[in-house]
Order: sequence, then C-alpha cells, then structure tokens
Amino acid sequence: MTTIIHRRSLLGALAAVGFARPVMAQNGVPVVAAASSMQFAMAEIAEAFAAETGQSIRFSFGSSGNFARQIREGAPFEVFIAADEDIIPGLHRDGLVADPGTVYAIGRLVIVAPHGSDLVPDGSFDTLAALLNAGKITRFAIANPEHAPYGMRAREALQARGLWEALQPFLVQGENVTQAAQFALSGNAEGGITAYSLVLSADIARLGTYALIPEAAHAPLRQRMVRLPGATPAANTFYDYMQSHAARKILERYGFAVPAAG
Amino acid sequence: MDWTALTLSLQLAAWTVAILLPVSVFMGRFLAYRRFRGKGLVEALVMLPLVLPPTVFGFYLLVAFGRNTPVGDLWQSLFGQPLVFSFEGLVVASVIVNLPFAIQPAQRGFEAVAADVREAAKCCGMAPMASLWLVELPLAWPGVMTAMVLTFAHTLGEFGVVLMVGGSIPGETKTIAIAIYDRVQGFDDRGAAIMSGVLVAISLFTIALTQWMSARMGRRLS
Repeated sequence: MTTIIHRRSLLGALAAVGFARPVMAQNGVPVVAAASSMQFAMAEIAEAFAAETGQSIRFSFGSSGNFARQIREGAPFEVFIAADEDIIPGLHRDGLVADPGTVYAIGRLVIVAPHGSDLVPDGSFDTLAALLNAGKITRFAIANPEHAPYGMRAREALQARGLWEALQPFLVQGENVTQAAQFALSGNAEGGITAYSLVLSADIARLGTYALIPEAAHAPLRQRMVRLPGATPAANTFYDYMQSHAARKILERYGFAVPAAG
Repeated sequence: MDWTALTLSLQLAAWTVAILLPVSVFMGRFLAYRRFRGKGLVEALVMLPLVLPPTVFGFYLLVAFGRNTPVGDLWQSLFGQPLVFSFEGLVVASVIVNLPFAIQPAQRGFEAVAADVREAAKCCGMAPMASLWLVELPLAWPGVMTAMVLTFAHTLGEFGVVLMVGGSIPGETKTIAIAIYDRVQGFDDRGAAIMSGVLVAISLFTIALTQWMSARMGRRLS
C-alpha cells in the first residue's frame, strides 16, 4: 500500500503548488505592448503615471513587427506603442486597432562601441568604413531589419553610406533593438547601431561610447501609438497620459523629439 | 527576482503534469502492451516534439488557434478571450510539447513489467483496472515518476513556444524563462543571474528528488 500513498503524496504536492488561474490578481490592469526601444523611458513614465493616478500598467516589450503579428492573432493588448508608424495603417485598415493612433515621439539612431573597441563611434561612419577596409571589423550588431523598425533604419543609414554590402559577413542581428544593443556592447562585437533612447539609460551608458547618426541618413523614426478596440478606461487614461506634458518631458530626456502638442 | 513569473511557471508546470499524468499512464501502457498496424507511426508522432524546433510548434499553434480559426473562434465564444496569448493557451502548448517526456519513460516502465506477472493477475480474476492499479503501476511507477518529473522540469525550461504564442504578459504568460530573457535585454545582469540561479536550484532539486524516490522504490520492490 505504500506505493499508493506515494501516488497520493505526489498529487498532494501538485495540489499544493496551486491550480488557481494566475491572472485573477491582476485582472483590470491594462496590458500595453511597447517597442523594446521604449523600455527605460516607459518604466519612468509608468512610475509617474502611477504616482499621479494610482493606476498601474503591465508592459510587454518586444519588436514592433512581432507585436503587429500577435495583434493580428488576437493578442489581448490594449495599447500598442510602436517604434514606427508604417505598421499601424495596415492594422487600422483591417479593423484591428481602434483608430489611426498618434505620433508620440521621433526616435534617433546611434552608433555605439563598447569600451576597449577599435571602433570610435562617429555619426558619419568614417571610422567604421576605415576599420572595415582595414579588416578590423569582426562583428557589427543591428536590430533585425526584417521586422524591427530601428533595424530597418539602420540598414537605410548603412546603405546611404555605401557600407551595407561590405558589412554583410560581419552583421549580427538582434531580435529587437535592445538585443542589438546587448550584442553591440557585450564586448563580442566592435560595435553596432541601436536607439538613442537606450544609450541614455545609466545601465547601458556605462558599457561604452556612442555618437548620434544624422537624421538625414535615414527615413524618420516617427513612432506611433494606438489603442486597440478592447481598451479599458484605465488604458485610455494611460494613452492620454502619454501625450501629457509630464510624459513628454520624460520622452525628451530619453532623446526623443516630441511632436508639437495638438 | 520576479516572483510572479516564477509562480506562473510553477503553475504552468503543475497543470501540465496534472493533465499529462493520466495520458502518460494510459498511453504508455497502451503502447507498451498492444501490437497494432501503424504503431510505429503513433510512436513517431509522440516523439515529434522532441526533434522539431519550438518555432514550428509556435507557428502551428498561432495558425491553428489564432483569431479567425475554428478552434480559436470556438474558444473565444466559450470563454470570451483568445486562446493564444493566455495562460490556457500556454497550457495547451505545454501539454503538446511535453508528450514525448510524459509518454516515453512510462512506456519503458510498463514494458519492464514481466508478461507472466500480468498473466498471473489475469488468471486470478483481477479486473483490468485492478491489475493496473495494484500490479502494473507499482512496478511501472519509476517510469511514470520519471515521466512526470521530466515533464515538470521541461515545462519550467520551455522558452521558444512560449515566446511565440505567449506575448510576454506579466502575470499571465510571462514565464520565468521569458522573464530572464527580458532581464538580459534590459541589461539587468544581476536580476537575470538571481533568477537563473533559482531555476537551476529548483531543477536540480526536482531531479534529485526523483532519483531518490526511484532508488527507494527499487529497493522495496527487490
């Protein structure tokens, strides 16, 4: 009979872990999907938002292209804070988002290099070109240009300077722009291209040096956010808060240009 | 340390084990004792999740259970929320990818039960369920136990499928593995290190526990 007791004790142990459906505690807290380039700025905005309204937000960070795909498959996000605006019209046309949304920030690209790298970042890519010619680039990180907006713009900037083809064998691609920063600054690459908003956070700033890439080198990174049809009042409040003076101040501090209030 | 994510992972693992325990016993026993046409195919299908990349399952689950699919719509009308990007969706995904871990070791366990022991139980007039419960299971138990521990540990470690069909929603689909990935991307090396350490400790403990239990079981049976 001991074996039967063992069987029961296993089931008991399982029951002890708790079969309660886990979401109950957080029902009603809106889920906001945000581009990973926004993660440090959003943390601060969410904190200010909570202080002012007493409401909290749940974030899911990732690449805008993946979020668009997940929204098409019915993901229960209430607000989508994208890293560009080309993704939104398609979602709007198919009735997957509530309205055309609004541009909340304009992002910038930076070229970065970890401490000790041969690469001295400069926005015109002159040092990158020189190192490439000298055969001293082994790895260079960007976000995936297939679906990450900052990756697409990085490709444009490199193409405009005529370096895209030559860099091909050395490119490592992050799944999103934060992973690109991770790759670029981990010490396993000479450098990479990432978002200005990321290198302004203290955790990343201490890992290397950066230089802004001129805005003229690529199409503007106009970042649009939009509500989904299921947005709750709390999500709507947050959407409005994103356009408030306080939120715009935080966005500016993270290197975003903020469109005129309107 | 993200306790919400850890609790979520433990709950996901507990649900997966609870659902797969009967599957493990009955499918394992069925495959161990029955000979039938197409058995090789069934065994191959069971093993498939072991060799296919999680992206393949993630893709199929998105396509099969997403919006505007028969399964997705049925679920939506029954429960008022989508199956993908929900905890329930993760349970479904987890049950499917854990089939080989749940069935294979149990099948080996039942195969190890000598045929004459089962014959004897039958001759003595034991009903099939009584034979299973009182004769076969005590002997095949180490196999079933291994299956459940592997399923539990493997669910804690599942990453690819969850990344594709989960949506990383805190408290709902953001498991500990995804939380670690997020911490690494957030340049929070300390947070990632603590969570990784906790996961290593839990996994080691789980495996050590089974080995201890099956060793005890083996001693008592011999």
